[in-house]
Amino acid sequence: MEKVTTTHEHDHYDHEGSKLGMWLFIFTELLLFGGLFITYAVYKYLNPEAFHMAAEELNVGVGAINTVILLISSATIAMSITALQQNNIRLTKVMLEITMMLAITFLINKYFEWGAKISHGIYPGSDHLMEMSRGEILFYGLYFFMTGLHALHIIVGVAFIAVVYSKILKRKVNAERYVLLENSGLYWHLVDIVWIFLFPLFYLIT
Amino acid sequence: MNQEVSFYEVKKYKTGILNWILSTDHKRIGLLYLYSILAFFIVGVCLGLAMKLELIAPGKTIMEAQTYNAVFTFHGIIMIFLIIIPGLPAVFGNFLLPIMIGAKDVAFPKLNLLSWWIYVLGAVVALMSQFMGDGPPDTGWTFYAPYSFKTSTTMLPAIIGAFILGFSSILTGLNFIVTIHRMRAPGMTWLKMPLFPWSLYATGWIQLLSTPIVGITLLMVVAERTMNIGFFDPALGGDPVLYQHLFWIYSHPAVYIMILPAMGTISEIIPTFSQKTIFGYKAVVASTLLIAFVGYFVWGHHMYTAGMSDTAVWLFSLMTFLVAIPSAVKVFNWIATMYKGSINLKVPLYWALGFLFLFMVGGLTGLVLGAVATDVQVHDTAFVVAHFHFVMFGGVGTAFFGAMHYWFPKMYGKMYDESWAKVGFYTFIVGFLLLYMPMFWLGMYGMPRRYYDYLEQFHGGNIISSFGALVLVAGLAIIIINLVTSARKGKKAEKDPWHGKTLEWQVDSPPTLENFDTIPVVEKGPYEY
Ligand SMILES: [Cu+2]
Repeated sequence: MEKVTTTHEHDHYDHEGSKLGMWLFIFTELLLFGGLFITYAVYKYLNPEAFHMAAEELNVGVGAINTVILLISSATIAMSITALQQNNIRLTKVMLEITMMLAITFLINKYFEWGAKISHGIYPGSDHLMEMSRGEILFYGLYFFMTGLHALHIIVGVAFIAVVYSKILKRKVNAERYVLLENSGLYWHLVDIVWIFLFPLFYLIT
Repeated sequence: MNQEVSFYEVKKYKTGILNWILSTDHKRIGLLYLYSILAFFIVGVCLGLAMKLELIAPGKTIMEAQTYNAVFTFHGIIMIFLIIIPGLPAVFGNFLLPIMIGAKDVAFPKLNLLSWWIYVLGAVVALMSQFMGDGPPDTGWTFYAPYSFKTSTTMLPAIIGAFILGFSSILTGLNFIVTIHRMRAPGMTWLKMPLFPWSLYATGWIQLLSTPIVGITLLMVVAERTMNIGFFDPALGGDPVLYQHLFWIYSHPAVYIMILPAMGTISEIIPTFSQKTIFGYKAVVASTLLIAFVGYFVWGHHMYTAGMSDTAVWLFSLMTFLVAIPSAVKVFNWIATMYKGSINLKVPLYWALGFLFLFMVGGLTGLVLGAVATDVQVHDTAFVVAHFHFVMFGGVGTAFFGAMHYWFPKMYGKMYDESWAKVGFYTFIVGFLLLYMPMFWLGMYGMPRRYYDYLEQFHGGNIISSFGALVLVAGLAIIIINLVTSARKGKKAEKDPWHGKTLEWQVDSPPTLENFDTIPVVEKGPYEY
């Protein structure tokens, strides 16, 4: 049964393999945030009151809007994959454009949210923060660090999607070879799901 | 492409070096890692020797206390992050994994090259810490909080370097897992896969699932130093013990990242030189997976004296003892493999036997540290250093040299010089025992680790130990010089000089670019003699 094709290494295309690789990478990302969730859990357990009080200062409205934005963007990128599978390039492009727009909107909201906190003198190492209780210092430290790291992942995600978008324009990613788009979608869902955990932990625990 | 010539002869670029540093061939990448690791190893050994010379007499001998602190820190960073963590997987895994499972390359060749580049970047960043700011880091390789953000030495490059190196390790692990899942030759079911790939598979999972934890922990220390976020600073509400937890959640499994591939190597060498199938193949596979799994739940044994609940302490102690079971299963299986085999006593088997002996001492002294009562006595003493070097240097190091001699004919198409290799081996073992055995006694009697000075009563042991260091370095020099000269002038090697049965012995020495003309079809288990 010697039927194995001798493809050259650069032509090697393994849809399942690429997807498996992406899933493994997503595991590592989850554990990266996992370390922070452990830290959060420990300090929340030690400072329940302070975490409660500090969380009341965050703007639930902005957080909720950002949650909705990310959920919709997850839907649009999923649609772009289906569109590409059906070889509807135009719809694929539109859906990806919407996804990227939503991601940027998320970042703009984040910018104003952080900006408001910073203008109130609340940022890591600020004099105002140092006057607060230790639990509150920890809460805001975690808040800036975790949402900051998440925002970084949003930026990476948008860059990833932009690269795939340009490859779709060049037809390098197409109805037969769409695993790269699928992988960018998987990554985007990861970014989304991390936020789904961050939102209640920081905004809703009051 | 011409299938007759070896991969060394396939050149895409005119400038020689570009054929290496831009190559996506898994064999070239494996060798790139080998040469980088060798270069760092020489630096690490020199630093180790410098420490031993400092300790040859009490008081200041050749360096100041602060220099000594910097030296043991740098020695640790180099040896751990730059050498043993990538170690066997990056060198022999890259070179041999695809061949052993009957594939032409790894699943993601470009990502593989990227991993090496990230490794180089991480190494350069980590090395920068030695030449910048207010002097080299002095925290030890563990970067313990709160000292790691209080010290005025240049911590950031070292920490960021370690973070970047973690990325390289993750990508290598990811690549190997996908390769093993997707690219095994037809007929090679999971239970027909050789044991070295099996060990790489288990290692890959540890790399994936534990490295991110230390990654984020190191980032938190960076945030602590740059942005004053007090994750681990009691003054800001943080808890330094949490740092230790997070650090060891990675760094204990990390010792299995190091030792599992070493065990995999031994599982290849012993059947070949016994000309007999491995005893209890399935038990060896199961113990590999079990060690990887249980290894996640033992990190607390580094922290018995750091302040944990008694329940946590005995649980961690129990789990630690459990790791001894699968480890012993392997040792018994290796010995049973040799029983009534036709032993072919060649240098790779010397190293495998050296591994068995040294690793056993290391493992058993590990139980002294895993048991709470005795650990409290020897915690943070020279005993720990001796134990650690027995498992890491005596275990992973000897396995590495075993692998080096075993696969040398395959990698270079030449035979090494057998008699010099034996001289090197014996010198190494004698030096090793002289160097590290006294440290068990020194530690038992209370000599602390990481001190450049000691009481007069420890003088005798330290003299023996420092003398052993010189012998050991001589042994290393003989081994390395012998291998380097043999690679250039050795006798030509055949395809299968050891009469091995795994797939790498069916391809040319050195292999062609794509390893196999036609992908083999596997019908038998890996060690059927
Ligand atoms: Cu440990």
